[in-house]
Amino acid sequence: MATTDNEVKELIKREYEHGFVTEIESDTFEPGLNEDVIARLSAIKKEPEWMLEWRLKAYRRWLEMEEPDWAHVGYPKVDYNSISYYSAPKRKEDMPQSLDEVDPELLKTYEKLGIPLHEREKLAGVAVDAVFDSVSVATTFKEPLAKAGVVFCSISEAVHDYPELVKKYLGTVVPQGDNFFAALNSAVFSDGTFVYIPKGVRCPMELSTYFRINAANTGQFERTLIIAEEGSYVSYLEGCTAPMRDENQLHAAVVELVALDDAQIKYSTVQNWYPGDEEGKGGIYNFVTKRGACIGKNSKISWTQVETGSAVTWKYPSCVLRGENSVGEFYSVALTHNFQQADTGTKMIHLGKNTRSTIISKGISAGKSSNAYRGLVKFGPGAEGARNFTQCDSLLIGDRCGAHTFPYIESKNKSAIVEHEATTSKVSDEQMFLCRQRGIDPEQAVSMIVNGFCKEVFKELPMEFAVEAGKLLEVSLEGSVG
Amino acid sequence: MLSIKNLHASVEGKEILKGINLEIKAGEVHAIMGPNGSGKSTLSQVLAGNDAFEVTEGEVTLNGENLLELETEERARDGIFLAFQYPVEIPGVSNLQFLRTAVNAMRKHKGEAEMNAAEFMKLAKEVSKQVDLDPAFLKRGVNEGFSGGEKKRNEIMQALMLQPKLAILDETDSGLDIDALKVVSDGVNALRSDDRAILMVTHYQRLLNHIVPDYVHVLAGGRIIKSGGRELALELEEKGYGWLGIKDDDASN
Repeated sequence: MATTDNEVKELIKREYEHGFVTEIESDTFEPGLNEDVIARLSAIKKEPEWMLEWRLKAYRRWLEMEEPDWAHVGYPKVDYNSISYYSAPKRKEDMPQSLDEVDPELLKTYEKLGIPLHEREKLAGVAVDAVFDSVSVATTFKEPLAKAGVVFCSISEAVHDYPELVKKYLGTVVPQGDNFFAALNSAVFSDGTFVYIPKGVRCPMELSTYFRINAANTGQFERTLIIAEEGSYVSYLEGCTAPMRDENQLHAAVVELVALDDAQIKYSTVQNWYPGDEEGKGGIYNFVTKRGACIGKNSKISWTQVETGSAVTWKYPSCVLRGENSVGEFYSVALTHNFQQADTGTKMIHLGKNTRSTIISKGISAGKSSNAYRGLVKFGPGAEGARNFTQCDSLLIGDRCGAHTFPYIESKNKSAIVEHEATTSKVSDEQMFLCRQRGIDPEQAVSMIVNGFCKEVFKELPMEFAVEAGKLLEVSLEGSVG
Repeated sequence: MLSIKNLHASVEGKEILKGINLEIKAGEVHAIMGPNGSGKSTLSQVLAGNDAFEVTEGEVTLNGENLLELETEERARDGIFLAFQYPVEIPGVSNLQFLRTAVNAMRKHKGEAEMNAAEFMKLAKEVSKQVDLDPAFLKRGVNEGFSGGEKKRNEIMQALMLQPKLAILDETDSGLDIDALKVVSDGVNALRSDDRAILMVTHYQRLLNHIVPDYVHVLAGGRIIKSGGRELALELEEKGYGWLGIKDDDASN
């Protein structure tokens, strides 16, 4: 129906709400990457010798690697020498001790994003380690966490204050040479989050980091390391959004999770980076390596992600299930519109006995976008009695978008069981007509139908994030079908 | 209330409605009968604003307002309700959420405050009992895994919740056993009031034993070829559509 198509176009023609630039004076490196740049970066951060050596080793490794091109995405090659590898808000000698001391411009930025820190603290009881550009500028709720023995700080602080833990675990889940982007990140990571939950401790609150890319041409290389000791539990929330830009911005983060015996880590992401304009110009390249290692028996790692942003997404949060009876979960909603491209999924590597994994992936494509699920389920020889359940559902909005599913299964153990289900559907004209006939706006109807489609994933998100995710889909789809 | 003058409509270039004239006043119940392919469902869809159909000629007004200029959702907010012949499923969207979104859209249009969750729940539970649906169904997805009869009862429940000015029932009796027909009819009868009109579209007259119409119209070949009172339906039942010189390709049912 012609009208339907027009409505789809109307709906998808929505400007990025969070497109604005905060004016904060930045202390930024000249573009370019070499060993001197890495040494300067390390010096600014007053890092110990071993850290610099680690970075340089990764850099040398990276120089020998090639950018991967197997994903179902296409983008102009990145010139890594045109990127600036460090940017920090000024007055870093004088870091704010409370929100009152935080740059009002920054606070306003959060306001525009609908994340007022004050309110969030009071209402939700969430500790926020806000990463603005590359340096953490506001950290809250440290005290109650400290009482529980939980460490929640920037990775730069951890390098100084907990060097033994960092040395022990950094790069053990995602080795430096794992892939091109992980090697780059290992060489130049600017900052990120470090979490340590001691033995038997249930983290008293959900830990949350909001970060955004801000200064122009500054690649953002976050590094996150979360360690859950025996019998501990932590839920970590990550949310991102970025200002409107014409240049493509590169983001190559690495997240490593380590769960020891009987430990549980729940990692939730709502990602809303600038996807480019309706011609596909600009937008973030999101090349992220996220991996969790269930090294202890009965441990569990859950990834839940809601991905609506970025021009190009290349991301496979994975679980290495080494400990006996360990569990890996992946719940994902990936929405693409205009010219967005996403190649995302997970890897579940079953090594231990009776390990189990669940994959629920919901892909939504609108406009001329391309949305691919790529997942690997692998059973090693020792994965006796292991099992996986995979469900991949795609929802198409309009008739110019694409959805693809690339499941890979490798089994070296005959007792392993794999189940795979996949569906593709459309937001139908009949569904839209029913909603509109009941007085519901077309935009609200699309959003409601899409939210219904994503329900199984949303119920895995912590409450306040679920609400946010619903809103995000609504904004991202404003106007999407007839 | 509703005035239809010389309405022509087509789908994919094929003319289905070829000049419908009909006046419906508040408080009246009209039945439109006709064989399959006569244009009954098209008329319902056109009134509700399904843009798969193109109106090529004629006019339709609701309380003096030109209905054809309005979008589907605007017509709905002005009080047009269509109970679908084949209600679709919306997986993952609970009936409760769907109903609440719809009711609040109507209230917003009227400048009324939205209903809070507790108030709404109470009302929805009462109405669900009225159409013999277990309140547990409110938590299920819209029509998701519902039987044919449950879907039809759900349509009537929606009408009772939304309190429209004009309720159009498209083959609401199809696929219902006698008990379900009774429940649905009781629901429709509960809708009858002096300030509301009901337009029933049906192939068979059995529904009219339960919901007694004030007027009966026979639609054939895209036109109303005969109008009368309740007795016209009975006469049709006795003599069949052939009596009016109409071929009914669905006579075997």
